Amino acid sequence: MSEALWAFGRVSGAMSLLFFTASVVLGIITRSGRPLPGLPRFSISLIHRNIAILASVFLVLHVVTLILDPFAHLRIIDTFVPFLGSFKPFWQGLGTVAFDLILAIVITSLFRRWLGARLFTAVHWFTYAMWPIAVVHSIGNGTNGTNKWFLLFVVICGVSVVSASIWRVSGRFLEVAEARAGRAR
Amino acid sequence: MTATGSGTVPNPTSAPEGPVRLFAAGADAGYSAHRETYGHLEIVKGGPGLRAELERSGLEGRGGAGFSTARKIDAARQSVSDRMFPASAVVIANGAEGEPRSIKDSTLLRHSPHLVIDGLLATAALVGASRMYLYSSPESLGALRSALAERRDTRRITLVQAKETFISGEASAVVNAIENGIALPTDRTVRLTTSGLRARPTLVHNVETLAHVALIARFGGDWFRSEGVGGDAGTRLVTVSGAGQRERVLEVPGDARISDILEAAGVSTSVVSAVLVGGYHGTWIPADDLSVVLSKAALAPYGGRPGAGVLFLLARDECGLQVTASITRYLAEESAGQCGPCLYGLDALATLMERIASGRGDHGLRREAERLGLSLIGRGSCHHPDGTAGLVQSALSAFASDVEAHLTGRCRRTARV
Amino acid sequence: MSAAKKSTSVLHIDWTKCDGRGLCAELVPDLLGRDQWGYPIALKGSPSARSDIPLPSQRMDAATDAVRLCPVLALKIVRAS
Repeated sequence: MSEALWAFGRVSGAMSLLFFTASVVLGIITRSGRPLPGLPRFSISLIHRNIAILASVFLVLHVVTLILDPFAHLRIIDTFVPFLGSFKPFWQGLGTVAFDLILAIVITSLFRRWLGARLFTAVHWFTYAMWPIAVVHSIGNGTNGTNKWFLLFVVICGVSVVSASIWRVSGRFLEVAEARAGRAR
Repeated sequence: MTATGSGTVPNPTSAPEGPVRLFAAGADAGYSAHRETYGHLEIVKGGPGLRAELERSGLEGRGGAGFSTARKIDAARQSVSDRMFPASAVVIANGAEGEPRSIKDSTLLRHSPHLVIDGLLATAALVGASRMYLYSSPESLGALRSALAERRDTRRITLVQAKETFISGEASAVVNAIENGIALPTDRTVRLTTSGLRARPTLVHNVETLAHVALIARFGGDWFRSEGVGGDAGTRLVTVSGAGQRERVLEVPGDARISDILEAAGVSTSVVSAVLVGGYHGTWIPADDLSVVLSKAALAPYGGRPGAGVLFLLARDECGLQVTASITRYLAEESAGQCGPCLYGLDALATLMERIASGRGDHGLRREAERLGLSLIGRGSCHHPDGTAGLVQSALSAFASDVEAHLTGRCRRTARV
Repeated sequence: MSAAKKSTSVLHIDWTKCDGRGLCAELVPDLLGRDQWGYPIALKGSPSARSDIPLPSQRMDAATDAVRLCPVLALKIVRAS
């Protein structure tokens, strides 16, 4: 039984990383204001949101299975307060930091109508810190973190997010960049 | 709401005769000269008297929009009585005067501050307001401060300095400036009279409007109507400027013709080729039509209105398109940048006008300016894009033959600005 | 205008928030287009109703989606009393 928990804990962690990667890339596409072939803007926005929710579900499963798993030595306090763990406290702590950031991002997203766009946007920026922290946690803490196949998976995710981010800061990123050039808002 | 007596106590002093009403107490009138001229105004709370006299007077706002003063006050009173949790109203005297070609409000505040204060107190009593604000441009602050200090009934009036921007006098910007120190218009889904300053029912009245209220409170609506006609009863302040003329403020009857006003200002209509009426959001009236009355009804066929009482003259040797292009550029620069269509649209509109005025381009430019102008109307949190589009539209029709000449590469005016 | 056809709700655009992202124009394409800078523009009705666009009752659901999905929360449905 605990063998199964251990396996599921690791797989769910990797799945969570995969879906968060996809969500980050879709979020950047959403911000550009551009539709994709066959996908209108509102669909991209919805897929971005739904994949982020899926990633969060896998993240919760990842954390819960490892709390239930006696070998992982993970206490409930370790899911919220970083660097207190008994096993690889630094690498595990990074996971805790990422988990806390996601918690904040998800809550401000779900309640953005009441919290206002400003707070929502400000907290959403933390995604750019959360994602690399989560990646480093997966390599440092994961049982297979330094296996070739896992590193290949991380490289593919990394290339996607980094290239999307470079596009994000480029001058022609926004759909309306050209039309609005010359007048700052 | 219960009526507790008449709004005002009858006044022994005789009412001013003729069109000089607001400045009857003379230059830089202090409180004693003010009372000698107009008599003391006894303010009685919440009475039906003043409300009825305002209705009878037909007074309309003198800040630009020209909305019925009685209707606006009714809306605030309605909001006060409709509320589940009581909140007293707020009255704001608006003397920001962002219009670059208008000095009538600052002139009024300098020479007749006590009429404005009387009007503010009387309006506040009418709606049961507990707080009053005097919002004014920096140049009038000194005169207002000493006027407030001269009398004892002004303790609940707070003086607030306005920013010197074009839109600082827009009603929601006034409320935003007083509440948050930010003189920018705000998005609204309810009227200020329903929920304005700190969510209270809020009346924002132009200072000239309040000065008229002070006189109507004393001498009644029928007296007010003894000048002017119909919907444009009473007198109004106008600022005449441009074409090398010194800026002048005049008080004119509501049925005065533009040509008569210019004559009274000492301007010969022969040197004028057109007049911009209302302000920078106003309407060009060509020289041939200057016999039109400066009233809402008479200007309606031109798409214009008296607005803030601005009469900006275009000299015979000036190019109306050039002047309009530079005004449009100014208005584009004065966009607060809060609303996209205004930020980008006015900039593009100014560029189009500059190209038409400079004589480069083709007939497509004119159509494009008309199309763009129309597309901006109604798409902002205030009427800045609407007013600017209106100015451009009016220039394109009033100077239609000039547009034609420019598009074929010639300006018909001898001297270009 | 007949009383039955008169709509009771409007889609209000807060221009101070609107960034012209274009989702609303996809969700209610019969009511909203986009200008050259991407900002929404009402396709019907008078220019004075361009910040408060009358909502036919059969477009209520689509307009509600537009309100929920606007990335900058610039839309709301205001029920006229």
